Amino acid sequence: MAATEPAPVAALEIENLEVRYGSVRAVRGVSFRAERGSVVGLIGPNGAGKTTTLRSIMGIVPSRSGDVRLAGRSIVGAPSEQIARLGIALVPEGRHIYGEFSVEENLRLGLFGRESRAGAEEALAWVSELFPVVSRFATRPAGELSGGQQQQLAIARALVADPTVLLLDEPTLGLAPSVVQSLFGTLTEIRARGVTILLVEQRAQLTVAFADRTHVMRNGELVATLAPSDAEDVERITAAYFGQ
Amino acid sequence: MSWLQSIIDALALGSQLALVAMGIGLVFGVLRVINFAQGELITAGAYALLLTNDLPVAVSIIVCFAVVIAFSLAMEFAYRPLRRVTPAAALVATFAVSFTLQSIALLVWGSQGEAINFLPKLNQAVEVGDLRIRWVTIATIGVGALLLAAMALFLSRTDLGLGMRAAAADFQTARVLGVRAKRVIVLAFVLAGILTACVTLLVAVQNPLATPNYGFFFVIPGLVGVVVGGMDRLVAATAGGFVVGFATSFVADRIPPDSRAFLTSYIFGFVIVVLLLRPNGLFGRRRGAERL
Repeated sequence: MAATEPAPVAALEIENLEVRYGSVRAVRGVSFRAERGSVVGLIGPNGAGKTTTLRSIMGIVPSRSGDVRLAGRSIVGAPSEQIARLGIALVPEGRHIYGEFSVEENLRLGLFGRESRAGAEEALAWVSELFPVVSRFATRPAGELSGGQQQQLAIARALVADPTVLLLDEPTLGLAPSVVQSLFGTLTEIRARGVTILLVEQRAQLTVAFADRTHVMRNGELVATLAPSDAEDVERITAAYFGQ
Repeated sequence: MSWLQSIIDALALGSQLALVAMGIGLVFGVLRVINFAQGELITAGAYALLLTNDLPVAVSIIVCFAVVIAFSLAMEFAYRPLRRVTPAAALVATFAVSFTLQSIALLVWGSQGEAINFLPKLNQAVEVGDLRIRWVTIATIGVGALLLAAMALFLSRTDLGLGMRAAAADFQTARVLGVRAKRVIVLAFVLAGILTACVTLLVAVQNPLATPNYGFFFVIPGLVGVVVGGMDRLVAATAGGFVVGFATSFVADRIPPDSRAFLTSYIFGFVIVVLLLRPNGLFGRRRGAERL
């Protein structure tokens, strides 16, 4: 009998992650993995624990137990800035761009997530090509950009760090449908560069169709996993989402 | 006294308090704690000058810088546990550090005060027409302008400065972007130490009597300036320090001598009005920073 081939090391692996806020179990034993260059979706109602999962991966909130591995290396307990330098970039909900800083300064801040400045110019050129708005409005205060442009800047800022894993927390929140379509087009290009994407979204059907697989979270737990082929099955998505 | 004379004197005190406020603002930006013990850095510098009274001026200056920066770094070390406590507890802790250092100075040197002999000739004045300007006033305005310009260049033109501004505006987001938190905090205390050492040298010329609370009462208007300007932005805090210093000196010059006893009341009345109308300060953001 032939030996089973070991599974390749995942870009990001979450194992039995447990996060508590006081006595509240916000994330309960969550496990999933994301292979290099894949897109993993995370959907679920408000308060399901999606954002907390991202914050825990990024070291913003400590985990009670479990493990987070980046390319096989445990990063649990590492400070956020070290996790950023190891190759995970977070685009937080609400974007958190520096509104009083220029667009160019916001982009330069993204360079802090690189281990070295080698290749920084190429990264800046790539994001300028991906998001022309960042070079067009380079000197403008970032707070003057529209919501869609600010979201582009937030993603561009994350990408100049050359992350291997990109965490996106509700990137389409408050954006017009046409901007949402354009944003997903850009995510396809980012993924084509080999960047692993963990996408937290409220737009369930769109996420299921776009991601390689989508996990559904409820009450801090993963309760279902959907494939792109489930995207048209609205009943199944609704049942998984609301637990009916 | 002419208006121009009043303005020149006011510029000097404004410059000093702008430097003090910037030092407080730098630390507040990265720790979200108002360091009430900032004044004790000035006191430490004053005693360093006192202890080097008989040595060459250059040595006195070097020792003053070394002592103030060392005390600032020691405070950074002492305040590390404060990052995990409530702002109120942290504030009280900085008070405790302030009064502990004052008490130590009281035990060692007593309350009478001892004379510092640091560049007394700078108290001599030059006369230009009706104006009578002391050399230390000119030096204060010059040093203040130079340091504020240097800090502005550092913060706006260097990566380290950009990281520091980002940390001051939204510390958590800066960390998520890869800005090294510990390095930024240490740098903030070093820069605050450098600014405070410069202020100490200027103050020691004008007020050459080292006492245990030497810096404490000088820093209080600086703290007021930070609150008046706006605590959440470094430039606002600095401008607030300048405004309070300028206003204090200018009003003191222009009001009748028998009203000067009420000067502090006027200034704090002004602060109350400002905070009632603009709770985030004259130059602060209108809303608080969101949490990530």
